Amino acid sequence: MKRQLSDKELKSEFLNRLSSQAGEKHGLGMTISGRVAAVSLAGMFCIGLASIASAQVTPQRLVDSAKEPQNWLMYSGDYAGRRYSTLDQINASNAFSLVPKWAYQTMAGGKFEATSLVVDGVLYSTGADDRAFALDARSGRPIWQYQRALPPDIRPCCGRVNRGLAILGDKVFLGTLDAHVIALDTKTGNVVWDVEAAAHTTGYSITLAPLVIKSLVMVGVSGGEYGIRGFIDAYDAATGTRKWRFYTIPGPGEPGHETWEGDSWKIGGAPAWITGTFDPATDTTFWTTGNPAPSNRGEGRAGDNLYSNSLLALDPETGKLKWHFQFTKHDEHDYDATQVPVLVDEGDRHLIMQANRNGFFYVIDRASGKLLSATPYGRVTWSNSKDASGVPIERKEASPTLAGVPVCPGALGATNWFSPTYDPQTKLFYVSAREQCDIFSTAPQPYEAGHAFYGSAYFPNDDAQPFWGAVRAIDPATSQIKWELKHISPSWSGVLSTAGGLVFTGDAEGNFMALDAATGKILWHFQCGASVYASPMTYAIDGKQYVAIAAGSTLFAFGLP
Amino acid sequence: MLPANPYTPTLRHSLNVFCISSLACLVFLACLSMGQPLFAQEKNPYAGDAKIAKLGEYQFRLNCAFCHGLGAHGGGRGPDLTRAKRHGSSDAEIFHNIHDGIAGTAMPAATNGGIGVGMSDEEIWQVVTYIRSLEVKAPAQPMGNAAHGKELFNGAAGCSTCHMMEGKGGRLGPDLTSVGASRSTEYLVESLRNPSRRLAQGIFEAMKEFPQEYVSVSVMTADGTKLSGVVLNEDQFTLQMLDTQEQLRLFEKSKLRSLEKKRESAMPVYDQKTLSDKDLQDLIAYLQTAGAQ
Repeated sequence: MKRQLSDKELKSEFLNRLSSQAGEKHGLGMTISGRVAAVSLAGMFCIGLASIASAQVTPQRLVDSAKEPQNWLMYSGDYAGRRYSTLDQINASNAFSLVPKWAYQTMAGGKFEATSLVVDGVLYSTGADDRAFALDARSGRPIWQYQRALPPDIRPCCGRVNRGLAILGDKVFLGTLDAHVIALDTKTGNVVWDVEAAAHTTGYSITLAPLVIKSLVMVGVSGGEYGIRGFIDAYDAATGTRKWRFYTIPGPGEPGHETWEGDSWKIGGAPAWITGTFDPATDTTFWTTGNPAPSNRGEGRAGDNLYSNSLLALDPETGKLKWHFQFTKHDEHDYDATQVPVLVDEGDRHLIMQANRNGFFYVIDRASGKLLSATPYGRVTWSNSKDASGVPIERKEASPTLAGVPVCPGALGATNWFSPTYDPQTKLFYVSAREQCDIFSTAPQPYEAGHAFYGSAYFPNDDAQPFWGAVRAIDPATSQIKWELKHISPSWSGVLSTAGGLVFTGDAEGNFMALDAATGKILWHFQCGASVYASPMTYAIDGKQYVAIAAGSTLFAFGLP
Repeated sequence: MLPANPYTPTLRHSLNVFCISSLACLVFLACLSMGQPLFAQEKNPYAGDAKIAKLGEYQFRLNCAFCHGLGAHGGGRGPDLTRAKRHGSSDAEIFHNIHDGIAGTAMPAATNGGIGVGMSDEEIWQVVTYIRSLEVKAPAQPMGNAAHGKELFNGAAGCSTCHMMEGKGGRLGPDLTSVGASRSTEYLVESLRNPSRRLAQGIFEAMKEFPQEYVSVSVMTADGTKLSGVVLNEDQFTLQMLDTQEQLRLFEKSKLRSLEKKRESAMPVYDQKTLSDKDLQDLIAYLQTAGAQ
């Protein structure tokens, strides 16, 4: 259902025409229907909206995203998942002077976790409850708004959240809480196609921002708390036709199926609820998966439980598995591996880096999936040994019991879904880390389709010091922490790095801040009025750089005075 | 990921979890999406069914025990549910409180996006059945002399110097008007005998995962003035505190000469010498009687 007022239609129409003109003026190839050359429009053009150009996003533009740093074309900013921008107008010498440029209020309750896209002056984003919107990225003024009509019986585990859109051509793509994938017209927000990925009544939902590769829209599902069987899907961007599905739990006869006890594979979870990355050079897309279900109880699912808590290298054309690496085998602590797998090239070395929820920082060879190193970047007590290949393995005493066992990291992990960043200038990997230990208890729980299924609960340890958090700068060459900035309490904000020598992040107390990328020193901050549950991004219009962050139900954009 | 703890607005994506302040929003959303509020349903379809109570226990561990403790005897956050409940003890009232949350308290709605993964109506009735089954087994409350407790509170024990009850008393410590209803007896005893073990919770911001605690603080201002008191709130850059004279002090941390926080309660330890076991019981009886009103 789309809420649309007649004046919005008018505005939208106006902007379409305007951008058509701008595109023409800039010699950008566009499909323009109903070209308008009205004198009045020409007049408006002159008063300053002219720079909104809208050449369509092509697969090649996505591959070459580094060539257009003024735009933010996908969830992590680039296919490598670095969340790094070469924009440097805002830098360590002037960041102190940043000011808010605009704010847009979604008026949605709950957490606002989206990373916006910006394409040629237009910002596309989503808010809680599956609303989507397009704004003039210079002013924050809405161009269109869309609100999904959600059924009453959705089962989103952890809030009615959405993390953003993907874009290709004249469409943006949204995964919904009722487990549909839909395409919206970039000009109007109208639904172009709408397909059901899975039945939401059995516990499936989609919260991630999709990933577009070539002509395909890729999504993974949430639902690891409801005993789903996870999968990653690819849809034809033009029509919504499903091209392939990769089940993250192998079925009978497939390799890995033997890592599940009995029929536990059917309800084994392994959701894929964070956006993947892509290496065009080897034509491989990398996705990560979450916990086996039930998350706090290993009984009944003996085995490694592949491919839960894993990194998957897939052929984007076919969805075929090239290799996998499992971070946490037979997990009983909800250590989802759903953190963005960051692709980093160091000379001839092609690597994947991940700061995992289980507290280890992993460096993995991108071609083979072989583990190169696994080093704690926070407090870890669930593992005190590694197997022959260097993979950390669970300490028996850390296995949850009925009465409860204290384990670090806690159930929310040493980090969570919010993005890390890799800065090729400092050659440091930055992550928001959480220092929280919990008491993990377990009890049998019957499976019932669509009902919560995670084998009991966790409790904070009352004797512990207050939980805290930190931004940590990890040197991947040594896996040592070069600096940390302590947060008063654990943060749910991701991290952005820029060529301006800056790292941007937010905290649970509502501050959004710029840090010196080399030292972690706070150079600037702004109080947003509510905890940050999102990752920052940056873009530019008319040669002016902006940095945007969601907090509360508001999207803020900052710039130089 | 598990749902975040029920406090966090998020829980999980893991756990994450949930925000009370957004309680109002959630309730609003729930109404929006559900159309008809379901608490109109008055009758527990499973009343007295022991098997259902067992299922309810699973649900309780998943969704409620984080605050109310395993066995529903109250944790450090939520009330003991084996006692009479301040917001209603009938099946329908308990169902309503779980389904929609309790406005003005930390109790969130169990609808989608509320507590943990959310509960269906059926699951809520299971929990109601479980809670009612505990009530039957709960031992009689050990009751002290509430009238004497009130005298102690306002007199010899000195509680009212720092704590308010029903609008009267000091402001340095938390208002205790409803603490008797919202905390377990064990918690109250511990708060008196060993106040620093678990600090009381202060301001709870809508989207913030963890509430501010009653941390003790000492500062030296730019002009050399020394102040001590309790933290009302703080972030990376600022401090809001109440000094021992109950004066509100607001600081930018960068402008302070020194700032020292102690994870120790400003409240004195009430050991047996200061407060006998009998007086302790009387004091708790007063808190619980007043809180139940």
